[in-house]
Amino acid sequence: MTVQTIFSRPDSLRECSTHYCPGCTHGISHRLVAETLDELNLRERAIGVAPVGCSVLAYKYFNCDFAEAAHGRAPAMATGMKRCKPDNIVFTYQGDGDLASIGMAEIIHSANRGEKITVIFINNAIYGMTGGQMAPTTLPGQVTSTCPFGRDVNQAGYPIRVAELLSTLATPSFIARGRLDNPMGVASAKKLIRQAFQYQVEGRCFSLIELVSTCPTNWGISPQKALDWSRTDMLPFFKTGVFKSPDDDLPAFKSPEFAGVK
Amino acid sequence: MPMIKVYKDQCKGCELCVHACPQQILGMTDELNAKGYFYAQMVDPGRCIGCAICGVICPDWAIEVGVQGTRYVLFEY
Amino acid sequence: MARVLMKGNEAIAEASIRAGCRHFFGYPITPQSEIPEYLAKRYVECGGTYVQAESEVAASNMIYGAASTGTRVFTSSSSPGISLMSEAISYIAASELPVVLVNIVRAGPGLGGILPSQGDYWQATRGMGHGDFRILALAPSSVQEAADLVVEAFDLADKYTNPVMVIGDGIIGQMMEPVEFKAERDPSTLPKHEWALTGARNREPNIVTSLYLDPHELEAMNQRLYVKYQQMEREEKRWEDYKIKDGMQLCVFAWGTVARICKTAIDELNNEGYTIGLVRPISLYPFPMEAVKAAADKAEKLMSVELSTGQMIDDVKLATGRDCAFYGRQGGIVPGPDEVKKEMVKVIEGERS
Repeated sequence: MTVQTIFSRPDSLRECSTHYCPGCTHGISHRLVAETLDELNLRERAIGVAPVGCSVLAYKYFNCDFAEAAHGRAPAMATGMKRCKPDNIVFTYQGDGDLASIGMAEIIHSANRGEKITVIFINNAIYGMTGGQMAPTTLPGQVTSTCPFGRDVNQAGYPIRVAELLSTLATPSFIARGRLDNPMGVASAKKLIRQAFQYQVEGRCFSLIELVSTCPTNWGISPQKALDWSRTDMLPFFKTGVFKSPDDDLPAFKSPEFAGVK
Repeated sequence: MPMIKVYKDQCKGCELCVHACPQQILGMTDELNAKGYFYAQMVDPGRCIGCAICGVICPDWAIEVGVQGTRYVLFEY
Repeated sequence: MARVLMKGNEAIAEASIRAGCRHFFGYPITPQSEIPEYLAKRYVECGGTYVQAESEVAASNMIYGAASTGTRVFTSSSSPGISLMSEAISYIAASELPVVLVNIVRAGPGLGGILPSQGDYWQATRGMGHGDFRILALAPSSVQEAADLVVEAFDLADKYTNPVMVIGDGIIGQMMEPVEFKAERDPSTLPKHEWALTGARNREPNIVTSLYLDPHELEAMNQRLYVKYQQMEREEKRWEDYKIKDGMQLCVFAWGTVARICKTAIDELNNEGYTIGLVRPISLYPFPMEAVKAAADKAEKLMSVELSTGQMIDDVKLATGRDCAFYGRQGGIVPGPDEVKKEMVKVIEGERS
């Protein structure tokens, strides 16, 4: 009987090694996006936007058109692309510093304008590429190189929950958070990513999928322990689930009388 | 009879597959690959069920899973 | 094509449509808000895109994204907003993409005022962003010229795959003059770019980036840019000579609307027996070094008149290797011809420098 390959590298990923650290969940997230592009047959229509962060070199790993954005500006670049090329599938792939710090205005406003793009948000509670500094998503008491005594909520405030934040906007969108700490979590994260891209194929709405991820190197623990820490410490604060869906009931003030110009 | 292929020079020795395998039949070699990592290997091929969980958790797309006939699908992927 | 009386800002906006551009990403700021307001209506009427971004930072990155898809794109702002765009303009120049931007200069620095100024000359010609790059900067002195230069700017941007700026002052933006639109470009006839991000169908993926971690690759990119700028210096210098002749007592250098004020002053003084000429650079970068020197060689004294404390004067001195007198007003104050006449006479009589 012939051997049938049931799992292998997707076409939307190049045959190459990445520079990511051993056990870094970037690799898993990249693969989930690439598998989705393959399964929905989007590779030839896709345009990705890479951030500044560990995944600044994402354009070397994906096998589709790609641009490199300035720090935090990927949603703005994606807006420009999607408005000019509405038939292309435009997605950004961003980390916590890029999206939740310097890029906060850009992500809120692209979501609020309802740009028909897909955003993959990698939340690993730290700044990876620059060597492990505090991020807007760093947990209270978590030690990083710029909060060596642990994040002090009296000085730095609490972590920002981007998925919840964006879900309060009135414009319809698909906002969800997934987990990568175990294989079943990875499978359900993939479902969320697939739904997000499906909405873009339908030209329906803005999507953001936040993925609770790890940074073994800067957290200072082994890859498996990092997955475990993301489960025990991050998930209680960054809950998984769908926070907003374009099929949600519209709030009252969006009734036709208020809708204005159609 | 399911079988996995580890692309050894792609592997970075993170050991996530070793922990994730439900049959616990993966281990690390004591030989270094071209990058200087100990890489993953199948320790007990006879007990592989072809669930591909090792492939799913691998961050380096270093594992390919092949089956001949039956395989276990532990969850939809 | 008929001549219409139009406000400068609106003429600039309409010119972008005639150039075949259909996508605008911008932000309101005095004194150029009429540009986004006009295009909010017209681009939508033409089936294009108007996006009011959340800031100039976002707008400039949106045009970065739009340009990366090989689409003609346009934005406009005024001094403080242009500062916010510096980051993206550096990235756009490094990524070698075409964009056209318009700066309707207001008085600065800082939040400053909303009245006209020429204080962004250094920014446009030298300091548009970090790194070793330049933008092609064109300075109109009338609404008609602004409309013509905007259309040309799109073609120049495509030719050099570099940002091109049309820089005017608040007067150009706000005044109304007759204008005739000579071009009518259909977007579907515009050139296609093979480097554009359009989806990797039947080709290798394209990458648009300004990231070059390898120093040799980065040096090569800098060299590519340098070659482009050298070509600009050979082919794109523009200027206007006004009453330049041998044996001038004074040669005046001014750009934009200040040149018009100086021309009036010069006309009146020449009628009174003086011999004064003027060179009006139209391309601020590449600065018409040779033309400035040629005119200066025919004059006893040189003078630069600007709405600043003296920025273009640096280039005049570089071009001529000589001392140059300066007169300027700041804060948004625009001198009238009588005021400028007095100062020109003082320079000629040796009472000021």
